[in-house]
Amino acid sequence: MSISTQPPKESFQIGQLLSDTRYRSITIQIIALILFALGFWWLVGNTIENLSRLGKTFSFSFLGQRSNYDINQRLISYDSTSTHGRAAVVGILNTLLVAAMGCVLATVIGVMAGVLRLSKNWIVARLMAVYIEGFRNVPLLLWILLIYAMVSESTPAPRAFGSGDASMLLWDSIAITNRGIYIPGPVFTPGAWLVLAAFIVGLGVAWQQWSASRKRQIATGTPPMSRWLAAGIVLGITGLVYLLQGGIVFTLLFLLQLAIVVAVFIYTRRALRPALKYVPSQTAASTAAALAGIVALLWALYIAPIIWAALTTPFGAPAFNPSIALDIPALGGFNFTGGFNVRASLVALWLALSLYTGAFIAEIVRSGIMAVPKGQSEAAAALGMPAGRSMTMVILPQAMRVIVPPMISQYLNLTKNSSLAIAVGYMDVRATLGGITINQTGRELEGMLLMGMFYLVLSLMIAGVGNWFNARVKLKER
Amino acid sequence: MKKSLVFCAMGALAMGTGLAQAATLDDVKARDVLNCGTNTGLAGFAAPNADGVWEGFDVAVCRAVAAAVLGDPTKVNFVPTTGATRFTALASGEIDMLSRVTTWTFQRDVELAFDFVGVNYYDGQGFIVPTSLGVTSAHELDGATVCIQTGTTTELNLADFFRANGISYEPVPIETNAEGQQQYLAGACDAYTTDASGLAATRATFEAPGDHIILPEIISKEPLGPVVRHGDNQWGDIVRWSFFALVAAEEYGITSANIEELSAGTDNPEINRILGTEGNLGEQLGLDAEWAKRAIAAEGNYGEIFAKYLGTDTPIGLDRGLNALWTQGGLQYAMPFR
Repeated sequence: MSISTQPPKESFQIGQLLSDTRYRSITIQIIALILFALGFWWLVGNTIENLSRLGKTFSFSFLGQRSNYDINQRLISYDSTSTHGRAAVVGILNTLLVAAMGCVLATVIGVMAGVLRLSKNWIVARLMAVYIEGFRNVPLLLWILLIYAMVSESTPAPRAFGSGDASMLLWDSIAITNRGIYIPGPVFTPGAWLVLAAFIVGLGVAWQQWSASRKRQIATGTPPMSRWLAAGIVLGITGLVYLLQGGIVFTLLFLLQLAIVVAVFIYTRRALRPALKYVPSQTAASTAAALAGIVALLWALYIAPIIWAALTTPFGAPAFNPSIALDIPALGGFNFTGGFNVRASLVALWLALSLYTGAFIAEIVRSGIMAVPKGQSEAAAALGMPAGRSMTMVILPQAMRVIVPPMISQYLNLTKNSSLAIAVGYMDVRATLGGITINQTGRELEGMLLMGMFYLVLSLMIAGVGNWFNARVKLKER
Repeated sequence: MKKSLVFCAMGALAMGTGLAQAATLDDVKARDVLNCGTNTGLAGFAAPNADGVWEGFDVAVCRAVAAAVLGDPTKVNFVPTTGATRFTALASGEIDMLSRVTTWTFQRDVELAFDFVGVNYYDGQGFIVPTSLGVTSAHELDGATVCIQTGTTTELNLADFFRANGISYEPVPIETNAEGQQQYLAGACDAYTTDASGLAATRATFEAPGDHIILPEIISKEPLGPVVRHGDNQWGDIVRWSFFALVAAEEYGITSANIEELSAGTDNPEINRILGTEGNLGEQLGLDAEWAKRAIAAEGNYGEIFAKYLGTDTPIGLDRGLNALWTQGGLQYAMPFR
């Protein structure tokens, strides 16, 4: 007689769905799914019912209708006869513009403030702490409104420039008004293509030289060519082509001027060196260069024009019709015309977003730097590396691994926060598609859905790019 | 059991939303307060006074309706709305009626599905500029920067006007009249445009009203009136006839001074019908007999309200103009109470 060791087969009972841990989790999930589906079904049904009660249909055809309203800032052509769809695109581009500008400036501010908060200089560190804590702990909307008020209330109206109560900066080329900052804008003629081509060629030559010098460094240890030289190659080739379009006489005269200025720079720097002999050599070199630069700049601004006049007056000035000219804003009628107008609303929104997000980025940068072991900076110091170089070449590259992931979410925040543009009348997508269009067409649901989609797609794209970058800089583990 | 509970909750919710808009009158009575959408602040039309009590030409319509329905003109909860938020507030049921210088247009009436119950102010869009600018006509505004409230008909008219005249401008979008005033006075825009009555009202609050002129061009028709949701005809009738009662009262000489005396009964059957001593108009509306009497007693008849808030004796100083009664060459005309 054998005893069966097989346990009896259990029959499944309904109660086990809750009492048996094997089934319970599945049961709970199914119930949750059903509840979610019911909630969603109720939401959609309720929406459809309410829409039909209001006598409204669901349609995106309003995007093709004439918009009838004007937008002051447009990166693509648009007027009141364009469609609502185009108005939405104008708004989207404006959102992207302020988000991109904001991300760049916030990064610059954030990295500087983050590094400076760790400075050994007590005042600098405390000032940065005040900035960071101040901006982090006050709502962004207040900063936007405050900066907008400062921009529009503390600057003169365009009329003041006509009556002489205010004057333009930098040889009458920049006007700061309460309607925005008017700056010279470029005007291109067909010849500009040649300059662009020269620029690309210059980039190619500089790149080729740079990589050749890197190879040489690896092979022989000779330091690579300096970045200044690389920039000089690009600028030189582009500038030469640009000048030659104005004729050979003009080019020669200009180069003569340039040569004099460079000579002034070199001579001044050399002359200053002995005076700085008690200063450590590295500091002395940069101080001399900076002072010589200032002298050369003053020379170029004030003495070179006199020489130019003396040279050209006897023979008549050579005509120069540049292929790329600057359109300088001038007071005409009610406003400045010509050039670019960076609107007060854009300036205020940009500065507020950058300063606010910059404060958060500063903390991220600080935490990243503090995460790098102290031994790294001590080792750099032991090798005789100056503090600045050890920061850029030793500390920051390692800190990047800690810094990058939270930075991505700061860029996301900044982009989404740009919808606060409504407070200062900046015409972003919230103001065009989500504001005036919805208001004039009564298509709240459709407009809001489209806007939600836009912000979702944009956020996913930023996150995607950020993660790609993170994958590149993070520690490679093998 | 769990499920049935959920279904019950959902059913209740669905019922709740279903009933919310069906009978506004019942809602208002049950709440015992009228939610009236109005301006965020426009002197003369709707603004809180020094004691924080809302008053003005548009506010008076809200009070008349509250008096007719609830018997007390103070039972109004004022909901300040901007040009951009007003229609959403009305469509969603946040407010029972909108009395906020809103222009009656085809699209708002038909596509947005609202009912305009009447016109309490016939207006047109104008421009205000500083006198120092030396501009005397809107046609001289080429290249000007113009402040404009977004989400309004004025925004559309502005685009059309400049386009039709082949001149350019730069719009500065703003949310509220107060913001527009601040931007205009700070010189951030050369001109401010809105309904001419609104310009007069805004100018009246300036420190030096004489330094600003309203240009002679009126570039649009802006019939402004109270609005209700489409589909609740009983409520629409109540608001419509409460307003007509104010206009009719002026026509028949019913004033806040003599209303008690007249409600004892007169020789004029129309006055008797309005004041509820004859016929059953109130009953037909679903209200009591004295509804119109209370509406008129709240702030006086149309003419009294106009004189109190907008007229030539006020800082705003508007003439009756188009808003005179039809018997005096104007457009204000109440339909017959019979």
